[in-house]
Amino acid sequence: MKNLQTTIIRDTVKEMCIQANHYLSEDMNLALKKAVDTEQSALGKKILNQLQENLDIADKEKIPICQDTGMAVFFVEVGQELHIEGGLLTDAINEGVRLGYTEGYLRKSVVGDPIERVNTGDNTPAIIHYDIVSGDKLKITLAPKGFGSENMSRIFMLKPADGIEGVKEAILTAVKDAGPNACPPMVVGVGIGGTFEKSALMAKQALTREFSKRPDIPWVKELEDEMLEKINKLGIGPGGLGGTTTALAVNINTYATHIAGLPVAVNICCHVNRHITREL
Amino acid sequence: MEHRITTPITTEVTKTLHSGDYCYISGEIYVARDAAHGRMNEALNKGEELPIPIENCTIYYMGPSPARPGRLIGSAGPTTASRMDKYAPRLLDLGMKAMIGKGKRTPEVIDAIVRNRGVYFAAVGGAGALLSKCIKSSEIVCYDDLGAEAIRKLYVEDFPVIVVVDSEGNNLYETAIKEFSQI
Repeated sequence: MKNLQTTIIRDTVKEMCIQANHYLSEDMNLALKKAVDTEQSALGKKILNQLQENLDIADKEKIPICQDTGMAVFFVEVGQELHIEGGLLTDAINEGVRLGYTEGYLRKSVVGDPIERVNTGDNTPAIIHYDIVSGDKLKITLAPKGFGSENMSRIFMLKPADGIEGVKEAILTAVKDAGPNACPPMVVGVGIGGTFEKSALMAKQALTREFSKRPDIPWVKELEDEMLEKINKLGIGPGGLGGTTTALAVNINTYATHIAGLPVAVNICCHVNRHITREL
Repeated sequence: MEHRITTPITTEVTKTLHSGDYCYISGEIYVARDAAHGRMNEALNKGEELPIPIENCTIYYMGPSPARPGRLIGSAGPTTASRMDKYAPRLLDLGMKAMIGKGKRTPEVIDAIVRNRGVYFAAVGGAGALLSKCIKSSEIVCYDDLGAEAIRKLYVEDFPVIVVVDSEGNNLYETAIKEFSQI
């Protein structure tokens, strides 16, 4: 049994919040750079170059990449051989978010109640998804999620008879409807199968997958490739102002489902697809 | 076509701007987003004065991240304009001339733009660090309690935007996509 202090978890989360909002992951940086070369629209190219400049300024001058520093979404894998000491894990994560967003000059974008809408002032509470796994490690993934693209995300409860063609249509519909609102070039996270909430969770988690890690199931891999090509033929382009770079990647996760259902969730993320992972 | 324009943006200016034109804006602009629009609308409903001079006003839909010590402002890119669609026609009818944001507008907003010879510009979404460099002064005008959603007055220099909906109602989001669509 390994012991882990909540103060270490808190400090790690704080640092992760600041890091994720100032630097993109290597695969995102690479995909955005590559897009500058392949984009066909002159205005689209100009916008993609501005995004490069933006990333450079964020890095050098410590200004968040985007002012919407997001709602803090966590995927936490807790090894069942791990013992956490010094208080509740959830409290430690929220305390890390509070410190990261206040001391890191990140925007506080969370209201405590969806109707009364008073800002909580420290970007808490976070959205935390736990998974119990084997081993004695704590693996924390943070994905600060902006709401320009979150608002354009969709769930489709398809019928089994709709099949893969129905899935393709659902993904294209969500991307078309999102258009310029979701700050393209986007990353498209898709969850197919499970239940209503499981599909949404898979779509969100798919956004945190590195582009080089491809699905094991052949039809899923093929679907990712086909959808990326189709989406980039829609013409939406960088900033929605026309072009050939509408999405940088389509990441799809799947799960078993019920004989009567075919849930498809599409979680859209803007080009500031922030995610960071730490293992303790 | 490229333009360098100075605020206040008047009808004389908007009639020279066409959907797809690239513009660099300099001068004073106001910042307001969801909650501030809600309050301005309530003020109008009660017959009160607006807290900003609305005639030929340019409103930037934005909520910045906090400024680090010694800085004017944090990251400062556009937010989705459609959330302000409910309020925009009323403000356009009262004299507002230009809006800066990102994303689609409703037919009602586009009608109000045409009716008032206004303009809707897009700034590049998600380029908040870059855009913050064009902001030369920032002061909170009112609704301080709203934090990132307070109304601000900014002085900007060469702030880069693209004309999406011009004063005749041409909409770049529709025309540009058609040009590059291969489906």
